[in-house]
Amino acid sequence: MAYLDQHMETISQEELERLQYRLLKSQVTRLYSSSPFYHARMKEANVLPDDVRSLRDIVKLPFVHKKDLRDNYPDGMLAVPRRDLVRFHASSGTTGKPTVVGYTKNDIDTWTESLARGLTSIGLGPDDVIQVSNTYGLFSGGLGFHYAGERIGATVVPASTGNTERQIELILDLGVTAMAATPSYLLHLGEVAEKMGVSIKNDTSLRVGLLGGEPWSTKMRDRISDWLGVKGINCYGSSEMYGPMFTECSEQNGIHVWGDIAYPEVLDPETGEQVAPGERGELVLTMLQKEALPMIRYRVGDITEIDAEPCACGRTHPRIKRIFGRVDDMLIIRGINVFPSQVEHTLMGIPEVGDHFEIVVDRKGALDTMMVRVELKKEAFTDNIIQLMELKEKIAYRLRGALNIGAVVELVEPNTLQRFEGKAKRVVDRRDI
Amino acid sequence: MYSKYRIKQLSIFSENRPGRLAAMAKAMMEEDVNIYAFSIAEGAGYGVIRTLVDRPEKAFQKLSGMGVTVRYTDVLAVEMTDRPGGLYEAVSALAEAGINIEYSYAYAGKRCAVLILRVEDPDAAAEKLLSKGARLLEISQFT
Repeated sequence: MAYLDQHMETISQEELERLQYRLLKSQVTRLYSSSPFYHARMKEANVLPDDVRSLRDIVKLPFVHKKDLRDNYPDGMLAVPRRDLVRFHASSGTTGKPTVVGYTKNDIDTWTESLARGLTSIGLGPDDVIQVSNTYGLFSGGLGFHYAGERIGATVVPASTGNTERQIELILDLGVTAMAATPSYLLHLGEVAEKMGVSIKNDTSLRVGLLGGEPWSTKMRDRISDWLGVKGINCYGSSEMYGPMFTECSEQNGIHVWGDIAYPEVLDPETGEQVAPGERGELVLTMLQKEALPMIRYRVGDITEIDAEPCACGRTHPRIKRIFGRVDDMLIIRGINVFPSQVEHTLMGIPEVGDHFEIVVDRKGALDTMMVRVELKKEAFTDNIIQLMELKEKIAYRLRGALNIGAVVELVEPNTLQRFEGKAKRVVDRRDI
Repeated sequence: MYSKYRIKQLSIFSENRPGRLAAMAKAMMEEDVNIYAFSIAEGAGYGVIRTLVDRPEKAFQKLSGMGVTVRYTDVLAVEMTDRPGGLYEAVSALAEAGINIEYSYAYAGKRCAVLILRVEDPDAAAEKLLSKGARLLEISQFT
């Protein structure tokens, strides 16, 4: 098993925590004196750098939200002089103003180091040819993989997006072994290849997909593996964190979060309190070395759980499990956190029903009720009422197992639930609270 | 040899909301399809509409084109005498043969009353019924 930085990646828990505390302390001290934004926030929260006396004291520090980035557009949160910047990236800004992220030379280096450790942990190295089919430009996905690929000595093909036939030719002609892309683009590429008479599995050397940027299921991963012969590696990050940062290792048992670069917390999104180890909650990240746009207790908004046990690969840093959903999507029904993605995942395993669904939450007296409306597939329709009842019961049983909460299932006619372009709105909450 | 007794019933999946039956009935009217009989079986939140029409293919195509979930189900149509004891005569043969009825409905036709039967094996049931002297309608009598 190759490491990029064996000492750091296999560091003991105690040593890592000592390092994290040192980094946190110096970051907070620097920000209090040099960042008007963090200075004001800490004053408001009545906390001084001196109040941070251990790693656990991180909970005293105020949170940073995505909204802060928008409110301080374009450079109100920069913590270094403009002349120290070497690059800007920006998010697309689908919900209002874009968020702009500045980088110092060290920031680019830390980012590259983080992702390069990940690529090495998958087994990639100088013998590999990595085609980066993420967008190059304001989006951090393209350049992030580009730099990390070069860092590990691999050959990078900066294909960016578009012209899929050309991308397939490059894969064939240059002996591409790994590709960074969204999972849906990789599947699309597989289809186009088939039309060209090219089997990704049999005719190319492509064996690793560095995939992320959109939610994807284990079902998609299996399809990518079975059909394309490509091992789909889950990659994680966002431009506020630097860009694509963390990946699974070859064990594929959670995404390694490098503790010397980022300190992860998992909190109850309602109370902001830490959840018990292994429990699910909102991921909150503190970037310990970030210079230009520091992130202290950034509410990422993704729901996950942390596994702090050392990985079978030998690395000791914590791992985040798969992303279960977004905080914005989370429902609390009878005190239980429910994510539409869990419902989607359950329904995907039931061949008689379609992919579209709707969750209706209501309150009868003091009790929350949950109904899942799902389209019965034409082929699954039977004239036999009892069989339809049994199907409903099967779906309800599976949902109960996945959600720990009972749901009423309603079968509806195909193509009657609303279709959405882009982000689907799956939840109707009728509770008047 | 019993296939001529397999009447093509349309089974339609329908959500339980106002206007669904009206929409389908209107479609049949527009296609000039005559409805002999129908019944609605109610599940929770949805229903299965079962209907016999004079031109099942045309009705099927129209409904499918509307995005309606529809399929053919083979049923038997037993002629009943429209007087006390008529139903007993029609179904006693099935009871004797131990054939279970999944569902059934009836209508009063022009000539006689008709009992529609859905059974697991229509051919076996047809054989038993005929051997007991029951009168089964044939497909040709529906078109």
